[in-house]
Amino acid sequence: VQRYVAAVDQGTTSTRCILFDASGRLVSVAQAEHAQHYPRPGWVEHDAEEIWRNVTRVVPEALAQAGAAPAQVAAIGIANQRETTVVWDRATGRPVGHAVVWQDTRTSGLVQTLAGDEGPDRFRDRCGLPLAPYFAGPRLTWLLDHTKGLRARAERGEVLFGTMETWLVWNLTGGPDGGVHVTDVTNASRTMLMGIDSLQWDDTLLDAMGVPRAMLPEIRSSSEVYGEATTVLPGTPIAAALGDQQAALFGQTCFAPGEAKCTYGTGSFLLLNTGTETVRSSHGLLTTVGYKLGDEPAHYALEGSIAVTGSLVQWFRDGLGLISSAPEIETLARTVEDNGGCYIVPAFAGLFAPHWRSEARGVIVGLTSYVTKGHLARAVLEAVAWQTREVVDAMDADSGLRLTSLRVDGGMTADHLLMQTLADVLDVPVVRPMVRETVSLGAAYAAGLAVGYWPDLEGLRRNWHRAGQWLPEMDPERRAQEYDNWSRAVARTLDWVRPGSPEDGD
Amino acid sequence: MTKTVQSVERAAAVLRLLGGGQGHLGCVEVANSLGLAKGTAHGLLRTLQHVGFVEQDAAGRYLLGPALGELGDVRVDPNVLRSAALNWTDALAARSGAVVRLGVLDAGEVLVATHCFRPGDPARTLDVGTHRPAHACALGKVLLAYSAGAAATVLARPLTSYTRRTCTDRRGLAQALDGVRRTGWAVETEELAMGTAGIAAPVRAPGGLTVAAVGIAGDLDQLCESTRAPRAHLLALVADTARAITRELAAA
Repeated sequence: VQRYVAAVDQGTTSTRCILFDASGRLVSVAQAEHAQHYPRPGWVEHDAEEIWRNVTRVVPEALAQAGAAPAQVAAIGIANQRETTVVWDRATGRPVGHAVVWQDTRTSGLVQTLAGDEGPDRFRDRCGLPLAPYFAGPRLTWLLDHTKGLRARAERGEVLFGTMETWLVWNLTGGPDGGVHVTDVTNASRTMLMGIDSLQWDDTLLDAMGVPRAMLPEIRSSSEVYGEATTVLPGTPIAAALGDQQAALFGQTCFAPGEAKCTYGTGSFLLLNTGTETVRSSHGLLTTVGYKLGDEPAHYALEGSIAVTGSLVQWFRDGLGLISSAPEIETLARTVEDNGGCYIVPAFAGLFAPHWRSEARGVIVGLTSYVTKGHLARAVLEAVAWQTREVVDAMDADSGLRLTSLRVDGGMTADHLLMQTLADVLDVPVVRPMVRETVSLGAAYAAGLAVGYWPDLEGLRRNWHRAGQWLPEMDPERRAQEYDNWSRAVARTLDWVRPGSPEDGD
Repeated sequence: MTKTVQSVERAAAVLRLLGGGQGHLGCVEVANSLGLAKGTAHGLLRTLQHVGFVEQDAAGRYLLGPALGELGDVRVDPNVLRSAALNWTDALAARSGAVVRLGVLDAGEVLVATHCFRPGDPARTLDVGTHRPAHACALGKVLLAYSAGAAATVLARPLTSYTRRTCTDRRGLAQALDGVRRTGWAVETEELAMGTAGIAAPVRAPGGLTVAAVGIAGDLDQLCESTRAPRAHLLALVADTARAITRELAAA
């Protein structure tokens, strides 16, 4: 009888269940979207109960599609949207309010207060992260501060905190009736509440953020049996959980120090495996746990996010109206040989890693009457590539690990001109795997390892197949020249928003 | 004379009316001019708008659409096709264990729009953007079978021989294309290179026009039985993939 591993990918807009077979091939997919709630400007919320209901729907649907019986599922692995925060009542299982989503910026004032005179790097040594509205811990502080009576209930252990994987594991294992309250170490590394070296909740951080220990889940590895499901797939071990970007790193089989992946979506996330030692960044990159398999030492990663990539193409389509669908940008760009001297730096909301200049704004430079929309299309694709190069250079400088190839996934990998440009500017091969669903695959792999469905990492590496590859073709002199041009374009974005002006978010 | 289709005649009348140089027209004006019920006129206009023959201005009035000027051009942007097909072409490579390509017609040849490596293949380079002879590969035979114009062009010029099995005989090729139309798929056995084979099926745009062909290529004995017929499970995978991409295009 064929056996499978089920991956539940609890994402920002939808929840999916994918079944994988022993060769790591996708067997079936079921998906359900959930509502996005925007109660105020800058606020983004999800209904955690709706998400749980979607899990109870998509898992049986994926099995039905494959014609599989529940007993054929060897294990369940979870990958989840990171930093989204939910608090619920231990006795009833009801959330005390909507989950606060990672995109939500309500904590921007709070993190500035927390930073105080020491600045955003106040806790970086301890937790690997700068103070930013992005992370879960301050979000929990905000909820405790703004929900009447919540902190007292938390201290009495009546309410529980979790990120989405915690919420799902608790519900899968019985909820109010004996639910297992755990978080995986990759998700915990995004809270600012865990010591990045100790991998335990850190009292200094808990005190600083006013979080009662009694409401926190137990921190466990990314790959071990947390418990057996009592519902949805009763008796099936729940054997893995990882944050979605870490799951993609694992699904791309980046198991060795120096191996890296970049997921190209609306924004893009580059993660570099730095091995079992933490690397503190001096370029504003994040130090995070990549994965931890059972009792083995944790593997760490450096993470750099590129805010404007797919959204730059969307702007080109919707804001400028120069194309009618995103893939057409390649067609338009190929009507010309090069960028015609034109560079676009999409600092739409300031510059992020490695520059961190919030007052910068986007520029198009090098305009002459020669420049056509084809050159602009080239400049858009090159902007995605050069932004990646800047993050790769920062990682190299922080870690001393020189990238030998970049594994890519996400929708933009269909753009061959972009992939070739990426190989050209990075001067390393760019490789696309055959299974595009690397997030779900990573969760499945971690779960399958924990229950012996796959024997070891080498077995997983053998499952990894290239679907495409792009080799650097650019002349080194031209690369240096173009990088210099890009850097000079970046310099022209700086100091645009005047301090104290309405646009000045600080 | 065969009975004519009234709705096509009415649609033609709508187009003639809009092309009559009286400026942009509202739905009621179209209905009154042609003596149609308003609902009928609205249905015709909406359908013509859907296929791009009619468009609406900012005030909601109708005028002739851009697709009318491009009637001779049935090409879909290969980059749009690749993006829409990516999930399915990857899955086909993983399941078939063979090289996957998706091709479109370009001046009587096959232009490769998508290429996925065979699992475990140490291949180095993608051949996206290269051309392959239409009469000597499965992708090309599918594309020619469903494009009378391109088939006429190819059949009018000498057919290059690549192996002793390449079909260089015009009547033979025309018969092969008949066969493709009958079965809905094409196979190529040692017609481009000795020891290799290909299987392909059509990808259609809404309305039925074949805009691309998707297929697998590999060793002859991997893809075909000893009778040179394609292995049934591989043929089914290729046909399923073509249908899935067709559905994806309809949903886009």
